Amino acid sequence: MTELTNLGVKDIRDGVASGSFTAREVAEAFNAAVAEAASLNAFIVTTPDHALSAADAVDAKRAKGEELGAMGGVPIGMKDLFATKGVQTTAASHILEGFKPQYESTVSQNLWDAGAGMLGKLNLDQFAMGSSNETSYFGNVQSPWKKAGSNAAMSPGGSSGGSSSAVSARLAPAATGTDTGGSIRQPAAFTGICGIKPTYGRCSRWGVVAFASSLDQAGPMARSVEDCAIMLEAMAGFDPKDATSLQMDVPNWEAALSADLKGKKVGIPREYRMDGTDEEILKSWEQGKEWLRDAGAEIVDISLPHTKYALPAYYIVAPAEASSNLARYDGVRYGLRDLPDGAGLQDMYAATREEGFGDEVKRRILIGTYVLSAGFYDAYYTQAQKVRTLVSRDFDEAFAQCDVILAPTTPTASFPLGDKSDDPLAMYLNDVFAVPASLAGLPAMSVPAMLNSDGLPLGLQLVGKAFDEQGVLNAGLAIQQRAGFDAQPEKWW
Amino acid sequence: MSIDRATVAKIASLARIKMTDEELDRMGPELNGILAWVEQLGEVDTSAVEPMTAVIPNTLRLRADEVDADPKTGGNRRDDILANAPVAEHGFFGVPKVIE
Repeated sequence: MTELTNLGVKDIRDGVASGSFTAREVAEAFNAAVAEAASLNAFIVTTPDHALSAADAVDAKRAKGEELGAMGGVPIGMKDLFATKGVQTTAASHILEGFKPQYESTVSQNLWDAGAGMLGKLNLDQFAMGSSNETSYFGNVQSPWKKAGSNAAMSPGGSSGGSSSAVSARLAPAATGTDTGGSIRQPAAFTGICGIKPTYGRCSRWGVVAFASSLDQAGPMARSVEDCAIMLEAMAGFDPKDATSLQMDVPNWEAALSADLKGKKVGIPREYRMDGTDEEILKSWEQGKEWLRDAGAEIVDISLPHTKYALPAYYIVAPAEASSNLARYDGVRYGLRDLPDGAGLQDMYAATREEGFGDEVKRRILIGTYVLSAGFYDAYYTQAQKVRTLVSRDFDEAFAQCDVILAPTTPTASFPLGDKSDDPLAMYLNDVFAVPASLAGLPAMSVPAMLNSDGLPLGLQLVGKAFDEQGVLNAGLAIQQRAGFDAQPEKWW
Repeated sequence: MSIDRATVAKIASLARIKMTDEELDRMGPELNGILAWVEQLGEVDTSAVEPMTAVIPNTLRLRADEVDADPKTGGNRRDDILANAPVAEHGFFGVPKVIE
């Protein structure tokens, strides 16, 4: 029998259902892999008992001949941004250290209802603010990948870096991620796995620690397009507790997967050919076009004229929303309280927030506070929201000429930890190709394409029309089948 | 537009984040770098454009006019709500004295 930890979501689900192995055997195998991999620092807390009891429940159901659920017997990693009842939920921050939610987020509950279990809570950039997983209060996450000929610790991407590291190192068959401006797609690309951010509103935000509410979307990260389709189906769905939740049925994405793209048009945005983009990334993009053409699609040139303004607009809108969302951390209702001797209420707020937030979080709260302050609101915030309208309109016009857009996910492959951490702007530029789809709320996915000459994975990005996750998944599947990406990091942890 | 140290201190105070002199000295140039970069948005002609208010068109719903319609967000959850409070006293959140 193949090693259980090499199996993905679909193979585990089907294997448990057919009796090839038990859910408990699967949970035990992954619990052991997680326990061995402390050096990756992918988990903030591990929850082997949760995984085992979910597995036992599935095995018991099977013994009784009951339905096992769409994720029956599949243990997953949960990004530590989702509230999990009775299990510490920190957003990788000091200010929420020790916080044990009294309720379960809708997305995690949906997954448990579908038969999944939890291996642990995954590390991330603090409050999901970062692109390299270097802003966590609980330490950097390491990618399992190494540059050929170097032993330097590499970034797993961010903010869902614990998720990407765990899935690519086979500590979990799949994990949840969240994407505000690329936080699922960029880490997926850096570690050679798949990740999809659905249309804004598909997955409930209830119980997800808020960063920028008009952008935050949860999605799955896994090693195949099929596994992403299965898990997204389990995560998504209307939730009356989230005012922006889409009141629509969840399509059966898995059943409708098809890599036949005959009659489909794939748009290539000319503005994504930017200065400073790595030659090998451009080569992978060319290869991606070939693969999609081979799958029957027609390649067409499109224009997204406001692309260069998307990232600066994002760095106004997201910090503005963050400064408002993070006002709730005040040392009164939950989390850390720092009350200096003789301090009043206002001093307590300021001391708690000084102590509880990391530098990048403070930086974004300050930017957000500034752009929302009297006298600057129109020049910064209103202007950014107008540019956001233009970015969104660019996509509307492009989708009049094509069905799905193909682009690189990131401008470079993964970089060593510490390489960009002193320069916030250089770090932000990592998300230059990911942010436009976030601003427009569109479904977007990264799939692994190839290894570069350093032996590091490169991802390709697919962006679809609103509500057309199927089109994105199908084009992703066409690439997956042709890329035949089966490289694995060599185990050193 | 460049912001000076006093402005950084004022923003930090508005955001209720205490900052040391050393932090203010360090954050100032970082914030200026970011603000100088986002200022390129000024080049875009947006005179005929409405600011985005909803990324995916969606109508806001009203919930049913029922008490505790959803048990998770309804009433009678005092102990759950206080469970993570740094200081909870007599069924309330405890804070330092506010009124002199």
